[in-house]
Amino acid sequence: MTAERKILLRHADEPYYSPGISSYLAYGGYEGLKKALKRKPEDLRQEVLRSGLRGRGGAGFSCGLKWSLVERKSGKPIYLICNCDESEPGTFKDRQLAHKDPHQVIEGMMIAAYANDVVQAFIYIREEMPLGAKILQRAIEEARAMGFVGGDICHSGYSCDIVVHRGAGAYICGEETGLIESMEGKRPYPRIKPPYFPAVLGLYQCPTIVNNVETLCNIAHIVRMGGEAYAEIGRHGNTGTRIWCVSGKVRNPGYFELETLTMRELLYDLCGGPLPGRKLVGIIPGGASMKILKVDDNFRNRDGRAITFDDIIIDFDGIQAAGSMSGSAGMIVLDDSVNIVEALANIIAFFAHETCGQCTPCREGSYWARKILARMCSGGAREEDVALLYDLAGNIGGRTVCPMGYSITWPVQSYIGKFRDQFEANAKSNTCGVESFAERLIEK
Amino acid sequence: MSAGKGVEDRIDVFIDGEKVSCPPGTNLIDLVAGMGKEIPHYCYHPKLSVSGNCRMCLVELGTPAINRETGKPVLDEKGAPKIMFFPNPAIACATRLTSGMHVKTQSAKVKECRKAVLEFLLINHPLDCPICDQAGECLLQEFATDYGRGYSRFIEDKVVKPKRTVLGPRVMLDDERCILCSRCIRFCQEVVEDDVLGFVDRGTYTTLSCYPGKQLENNYSLNTVDICPVGALTSRDFRFRMRVWFLKETPSICTESSVGVNTLVGSREGKVYRITPRRNDEVNDTWMPDSGRALYNRIDAKNRLLKFRVNRLPVRPEEALQEALRRLQGEKVAFVGSGQSSVEEHFLFDCLSRAARSVLNCLVGRTREGDGFLISNDANPNVRGALCLGFIDTLPGAELTGLAEKINRGQVNTVVVHNEDLTTAGIGPGQLEKVEVVYLGSHGNGTAEIASVVIPTLTVFEKSGTFINQQFRLQKFLQAIPGPPGVLDDLVTISRLLNLLDGDEDRLATPEAVWSVLSGKLKCFEGIAFDTLPETGVPLDASAFRSLPFCEGASLHFEPETESVEARA
Repeated sequence: MTAERKILLRHADEPYYSPGISSYLAYGGYEGLKKALKRKPEDLRQEVLRSGLRGRGGAGFSCGLKWSLVERKSGKPIYLICNCDESEPGTFKDRQLAHKDPHQVIEGMMIAAYANDVVQAFIYIREEMPLGAKILQRAIEEARAMGFVGGDICHSGYSCDIVVHRGAGAYICGEETGLIESMEGKRPYPRIKPPYFPAVLGLYQCPTIVNNVETLCNIAHIVRMGGEAYAEIGRHGNTGTRIWCVSGKVRNPGYFELETLTMRELLYDLCGGPLPGRKLVGIIPGGASMKILKVDDNFRNRDGRAITFDDIIIDFDGIQAAGSMSGSAGMIVLDDSVNIVEALANIIAFFAHETCGQCTPCREGSYWARKILARMCSGGAREEDVALLYDLAGNIGGRTVCPMGYSITWPVQSYIGKFRDQFEANAKSNTCGVESFAERLIEK
Repeated sequence: MSAGKGVEDRIDVFIDGEKVSCPPGTNLIDLVAGMGKEIPHYCYHPKLSVSGNCRMCLVELGTPAINRETGKPVLDEKGAPKIMFFPNPAIACATRLTSGMHVKTQSAKVKECRKAVLEFLLINHPLDCPICDQAGECLLQEFATDYGRGYSRFIEDKVVKPKRTVLGPRVMLDDERCILCSRCIRFCQEVVEDDVLGFVDRGTYTTLSCYPGKQLENNYSLNTVDICPVGALTSRDFRFRMRVWFLKETPSICTESSVGVNTLVGSREGKVYRITPRRNDEVNDTWMPDSGRALYNRIDAKNRLLKFRVNRLPVRPEEALQEALRRLQGEKVAFVGSGQSSVEEHFLFDCLSRAARSVLNCLVGRTREGDGFLISNDANPNVRGALCLGFIDTLPGAELTGLAEKINRGQVNTVVVHNEDLTTAGIGPGQLEKVEVVYLGSHGNGTAEIASVVIPTLTVFEKSGTFINQQFRLQKFLQAIPGPPGVLDDLVTISRLLNLLDGDEDRLATPEAVWSVLSGKLKCFEGIAFDTLPETGVPLDASAFRSLPFCEGASLHFEPETESVEARA
């Protein structure tokens, strides 16, 4: 029988489990931290590297490798930031972890802090989670009273405190350098890399580690069970469990902690399949900015073998081999009731609203795409709009300061590429008499 | 070379296949500019921090491929190192060159990137070039012509933003034209540390704005207009007064203080319309104060002297010169020079004072508090010129006490004044009664009122010459516009008097001619000719004056000599 494998969410949804420290301690909470404090920081970093843990924020970069890039010889203080600015549409896993089991986050953070000689840790929580900020703040106070946070943690001589910093409401603060600028009190304009790699020149120009909430929660479990044991979970290169958030047109949407499951197992067995009388058309696998996967398409697995949509394995490599990215694991399901042009217009409207406006292609391109799509959705499409939209979107991704440019390029190009028939049908249904480019050139 | 693994002083890089040697870490845009090529850019400015937001300078970068196992470079079939180009283009402004780096600045991909960025910049730009003051010196216009698509694919409504926003007393903002490059913001933060500008709102609605309740009113605010690559920031003084392509730009030197800011004087048909800074990395970088830009108003000032006068009555020039000569031939003549005069004028004035057997040569000092950046404590641009030529040998004071004493003792009958006002320099009415004054000057003042002979002269915009600034840097200024009709060049006037006085008719009254004499005469001027003097000037040997207590404090690219600081203490 298809089932979740619950590690991070093991207790969170149990009856009577509360965000208070007593619940957490009842199940062996902070044992990982105590264990970690008896070891050398260098050992712990090796442990995490051995675990094969990949970042759960979106890019899937190796956590151990990220830690190994931190500049430790500069003499500057090292900071740790827990990125709880979960704002990718379709993603709601960090919210669960922070709201329901905040001490797990704190334990993970304190281990990560100790392992990296961090002097001060921060939680950057998005503005739209005021309750989460309160819960985390209260949990930190409880943990501080018990000696798990603050001065001389568990009598080890190591000290590190956590500050909860609330954002002001911007998608781009989820990008690590934008987050750092925001924490410094500036506009969250992502920084150029080089030279501003957070591991060298991060918060206040000091080495900084920015990790996702879920990544840090995993740290606590890696220390408890050991890196090798953790690496046994999941497929090679995709170790550990991952919390997937399924939303959209399925009978039983929600969040699911999975080890290695296929699309069929997740969407049909766990989520109950499509709504009555409907047929699945596509899924956006990792948050709204990722490329869409069309259910009817042929796919390949990571070994290059041809497979169907149902057999795609839901992890970093499986989704990547299928032609998209697992991103922030926010899976949005579309069925045949969805107008694809309108769906794209919706997504691009979000990104046009959220582009920070720092660099030209993303700032101007997102709004241009938004205006074209709005016109297409209101009956004003021209035949050349599909090609124009495809071309302008291609001029954004990879040419911007931060990776957000791809949030325009990928959806636009993948939707048009996979559902070209729908776009072309839309373009033919021009009811508003918008002149085509060729028509405008003709002198009247 | 001595240390085997030391930092290399020079590295080889390859720009479009061409091998170039440069120090490691050189900025790519600067290097390519030095090769006479161009990487188009908007937000990058050589004197500001790198922001990297315009994305116009995207290029393709590659480095030699390294075999991970052996650690050696991978070679292609021909035995040359294989170059791995990064999949995404990179911004040149943030690229610090490393050894063996390859750069493509002209590839199809790079051209495609530029075309796309320009298209994005233009979709919400008003395209009101016909009524835009920046037209003609607008980077958006220039790059659109050089790298752009040539037509628009945009049919949607443009974003509407504020127009004609008054940012301060001298600067006007049109937000629709702004391309959000943030140069002005960085200038205010980093150069003048007057952090009043910033962006508000988000995305394409991002708007440049001044902090509520504040104004862009510092004395360097017009530099934001200079560095604005488009017509968003315009000078309230200059806007709509002249199309820039009609302007003739003449290199000049600002006379506001002894910093000697390098400038360009924009003029058309004998009228100066604006003054902008000229880059000199040793003196003013690319900046200048707003106050110095207003100095051209002196050309047509109400008190401008245009007529030769003897005993307050207008006369022909030759008559005035003869009257002046008669007084110079008398006994007990004193000379008051000016720190505003050029090196050439100092030289001829000094010659004149010797020929007239001067009893006293002096200069009026003008000290005030500078701003520690581009306005020094000395409001005279060329006191060091007078020192080098030996016209004076000590630093001038604000009061001509020596002259006043000599007049009191009856040791002076005639005072020849060049561009100075005795009445405000410590010479009282009682003393002025006792002497006759010959006044050479461009503007009227108390001295001109009482002078028996008045000879009008030219302003710095109407003549050529050199100044020596606080760094003992000899800098040249050229004539931008002709002087008022009938008014003689200072050099002509002084050399004419000199010729009349000593009967030598061969003297030529041009800076070139003066320098042909000067370069052979004084050691510190050896080998210098006016024509070949570089536009950014040459440093002179200042060792002879090290002990003098100059009044200047530290400013951009200038530290006072420790000795003179001690002397002042």
